[in-house]
Amino acid sequence: MLHIQNLHASIDDKEILKGIDLNVKAGEVHAIMGPNGAGKSTMANIIAGKEEYEITQGNITLEGEDISELAPEERAHKGVFLSFQYPVEIPGVTVTNFIKTAINETRKAKGLEDMPAKDMLKMIREKAALLEMDRKFLSRSLNQGFSGGEKKRNEIFQMAMLEPKLAILDETDSGLDIDALRIVANGVNKLKSKNNAVIVITHYQRLLDYIKPDFVHVLYDGKIVKSGDASLALELEEKGYDWIKKELA
Amino acid sequence: MDLKEKIIASHIAFENKTNVKSDVINKIRTKAFQHFETVGFPSKKMEAWKYTSLNSVLKQDYSLFPEEDVTVNLSEVKKYFIHDIDTYKIVFIDGKYSSFLSETTHDKMDICLLSSALAKSKYSAVIENYFNKIANQDNLTALNTAFANEGAYIHIPKNVEVEKPIQIINFITGSKSATMMQPRNLIVVEQNAHVQIIERHQSLTDNNVLTNSVTEIFADRHSTVDYYKIQNDTKTASLVDNTFIEQQSNTECSVHTFSFGGNITRNNLNFYQKGEHIDSILKGITLIEGKQHVDHNTLVHHIEPNCESHQDYKGIFDERSTGVFNGKVIVEKEAQKTNAYQQNNNVLISDNATINAKPQLEIFADDVKCSHGCTIGQLDEDGLFYMQQRGIPKKEAKALLMYAFSNTVLESVKIPELQQRINRIIAKKLGVNLGFDL
Repeated sequence: MLHIQNLHASIDDKEILKGIDLNVKAGEVHAIMGPNGAGKSTMANIIAGKEEYEITQGNITLEGEDISELAPEERAHKGVFLSFQYPVEIPGVTVTNFIKTAINETRKAKGLEDMPAKDMLKMIREKAALLEMDRKFLSRSLNQGFSGGEKKRNEIFQMAMLEPKLAILDETDSGLDIDALRIVANGVNKLKSKNNAVIVITHYQRLLDYIKPDFVHVLYDGKIVKSGDASLALELEEKGYDWIKKELA
Repeated sequence: MDLKEKIIASHIAFENKTNVKSDVINKIRTKAFQHFETVGFPSKKMEAWKYTSLNSVLKQDYSLFPEEDVTVNLSEVKKYFIHDIDTYKIVFIDGKYSSFLSETTHDKMDICLLSSALAKSKYSAVIENYFNKIANQDNLTALNTAFANEGAYIHIPKNVEVEKPIQIINFITGSKSATMMQPRNLIVVEQNAHVQIIERHQSLTDNNVLTNSVTEIFADRHSTVDYYKIQNDTKTASLVDNTFIEQQSNTECSVHTFSFGGNITRNNLNFYQKGEHIDSILKGITLIEGKQHVDHNTLVHHIEPNCESHQDYKGIFDERSTGVFNGKVIVEKEAQKTNAYQQNNNVLISDNATINAKPQLEIFADDVKCSHGCTIGQLDEDGLFYMQQRGIPKKEAKALLMYAFSNTVLESVKIPELQQRINRIIAKKLGVNLGFDL
């Protein structure tokens, strides 16, 4: 599904990604781990199309199509979803109105009519129930005054509504208590299928207890320096990142 | 002959035409006329006009008193009214009252015309008590006073809660190449009364229009006044709006100014607090493009203790548009325990847009809370990326961000139909249709 080949990227002439190779197939869950400043969030933002980064080498393809020149919304229309570490507050626009706009703009881009209001409402109710969100929550202004847990839950709610092919969860576990973590992870697991793929970016093993990865990659200094199965995450949890740094040195 | 000379030359004819009974009022007008003769129009040399030049506007050859009786079809102008709710309407076409488009009342309260209030002796007492009592002697206010004759006269007696909003609408058809209008409104709200007013100046022509409007509002004890100004005029219409509000104890008065269009728009908004436990609310959204210019010049004068004022102005400037915010707060020595809050946030969408922001706080009391915040920035790139990532195209994402930015002003509009109307004007201006009412 996603092929990243020799990806180099920089911001303000500072190179952050220094040659990333990653292959993600449909039905797989990949975890990206690594110390602070390794380039994990940068990689997520570049896949999603954030404009301030410059790709200096390599390419990103989604289902065989090079997406590295597309605008963020075009990538979203093709099924890329990024759960933000810090979702933006939008006063005056409710959770419901925002997701309606997102869905109908995506449909418009595909040449489809707006989703009938009845179907939309039904879907919103189903997906809100999945994330254990009540109705009052849906009429609040998007992310305004939300707790950390509410913000993340709302991100996964939007993911559930948009049904992406590739979901990238950027530090979705940060700021979550154990109950919220369980709800969020449960939501992600229910959305997983053989047709979509998930990339989980995290510092800690904790989230991976709930969302089981097929592959774990360690990102360090802009490169994937080690890949393995779920046991690699446990090893990192136990030993920290220093042994990898030593191995590299 | 320049505009000042032309205006001076026209005064005798104007005097002969009008019918004002009260000598007191006639004296006020004569004095104002003499004052304007001395001071003339404001220039950029004056501190208060440093960033707004009227030169291009004053160059036009204005017709001062349109003579023809013009009728307009309701279907043509319906869109300028808030028509989905029942309202009182005082409508003028080229400065003349249109009974056909209006809906007024004299039952229990006066919602009528200044010209009749000036001409009939039964109104003399109120007129002499309030007319020109708080309007200042500034150049343009004096000019308006000298020619004051027509406008809305609203008098809400004690304990009356006006059950529906009042719309004051001035249409200008302007058959001449340029027309100057000088409406004058007087609004007296007695004790414990409550009124909501919506004011609009709307040009129906591509010819030049200059409106120099003066509104005086008196709020007696325990009264509430909510005033909304919709400024969404054509590119050839300029407006100088001079509004003066006097509040007695325990009153709450708010003025929302929505500046979405026009050529040059200057708002001189003045609040005078003449009692205790007063709340004054000044809010505005400016959303302009092209070469439009909007200037907010506000004054809140805290005279007595235990009062509050809240100012919140949002500005979004695109293309070569320019904005000014000059917010002055004076807290007198006696006005202890004042809580004065001023916020002015601006977004420049284009590199060629300009905003001049100047907060001015003069505080003579020592036990007060005064805060002011002024920001000038660009649209939040992270916010744009967030929305684009959810599939919302850049144009729509920008519109949502601007909407969110202005939300603190929008949400305080107390008439839901008006709020929806403002939302629709914003959506139309931004060229978006988001599938829900912005």
